[in-house]
Amino acid sequence: MTRDDIAKVLEAALMASDRPLSLDALRRLFDEPAPARDELRAALEGLREAYAERAVELVEVASGYRFQVRRPWAARVARLWEEKPQRYSRALLETLALIAYRQPITRGEIEEIRGVAVSSQIMRTLLERGWVRVVGHREVPGRPALYATTRAFLDHFGLARLEELPPLPEVKDLEQLEARLAEVASTGDVAPKTLEEAQDAAV
Amino acid sequence: MSEAPPADAPKPLARVRGEPLLEPPQDLYIPPDALEVFLEAFEGPLDLLLYLIRRQNLDILDIPIAEITRQYMRYVALMKALRLELAAEYLVMAAMLAEIKSRMLLPRPVEEDDEEDPRAELVRRLQEYERIKVVAEALGELPRVGRELWPARVAVPEGVGEAPAPRVTLQDLLAAMAAVLERAELNRHHRIQREPLSVRARMGEVLAALGTDRFTEFTRLFDPAEGRGGVVVTFLAILELLKEGLIELIQNEPFGPIHVKKSA
Repeated sequence: MTRDDIAKVLEAALMASDRPLSLDALRRLFDEPAPARDELRAALEGLREAYAERAVELVEVASGYRFQVRRPWAARVARLWEEKPQRYSRALLETLALIAYRQPITRGEIEEIRGVAVSSQIMRTLLERGWVRVVGHREVPGRPALYATTRAFLDHFGLARLEELPPLPEVKDLEQLEARLAEVASTGDVAPKTLEEAQDAAV
Repeated sequence: MSEAPPADAPKPLARVRGEPLLEPPQDLYIPPDALEVFLEAFEGPLDLLLYLIRRQNLDILDIPIAEITRQYMRYVALMKALRLELAAEYLVMAAMLAEIKSRMLLPRPVEEDDEEDPRAELVRRLQEYERIKVVAEALGELPRVGRELWPARVAVPEGVGEAPAPRVTLQDLLAAMAAVLERAELNRHHRIQREPLSVRARMGEVLAALGTDRFTEFTRLFDPAEGRGGVVVTFLAILELLKEGLIELIQNEPFGPIHVKKSA
């Protein structure tokens, strides 16, 4: 199979699939001996370049590769659907942000940082959308579930990895208070996560 | 809680040039719900505190705790006045503020330098919450599928990739049938049968009423006085007798009367 044939198969499969396709999934499209992963990557790169001038682009998200409408045309495409996209509440976004940036995290820890109870409705919504999942339980009384984000979450936001999330702002610096916070750290815990762990355990 | 407005004395809606306004003006009236909307926009006590701090451009690391506590209590009192369901967390925070305030009033011995600023824990929580608040907003702004992202998808020619319908062999069909029969067999023994008894009895009566050498008119075997049930039972008895070859039915012409006699 020539390199061009490989690119054609990849193009067709990525267009036909309703979800992103991983390198492994793409590799399974070929008879043995299937092209090496590097060959596939090169073919995908060629495909990406071939679409440089088109209204759709080839992108890599967490679960693999997908074609999507290029941003400048997205707003017009959106007119195809009457329904306005759902607006997410601040409570939902804050909960999701905590799970994304502090994973794995328990519900108690989320509540501790937000200062309010997390509604079950929000957790259910996040779980149902497949954006978060339970990855384990903290070995403290009550064995609270530990939540983490999924690939579907990254796919939805067009990200390939967690590092592509907007960076967390730095904590403001003041020598005096820094020193005191460090003290708190040395006597108890330093990372917020571990402190919450301790508090979670105390609950 | 000293900041709560006094419960007695009619509470003025507002003060215009120092004069209390007791009645809402007729021409300009902002429904109280508008305020509720504003208050419900807070995601909890930390959010409210951050709002108070940011609104006044205060340094988060050097919060004038007395002033902030006063303002915080004013909002809490407002929420109470509006009978908003006040989450318990707001009161917990009120207690925490009061505690910090009182600890700051106490003189701190110089030699005890492990005594931390009473505000440190609150500051740490406020900062942590603010960071999450900021990234949550950034997360909300990220392009997402269905809003800015539209995955492309082309139609696949019909029939491609459809799983072929499984073939059913005759053996499978027979096996399925055997299973059905087996179940039916099991069921049969549990069926309560009352009707055959009365049909049996009626068969005897009908036979007794018939002779081998004379015909009886079919309709005379029925007694309308017995009602629908009796008629049906008699008819079933006749059919049963006929099936067993004990009687014969004769009809000379289409639509003509039917006659019955015992078989020879």
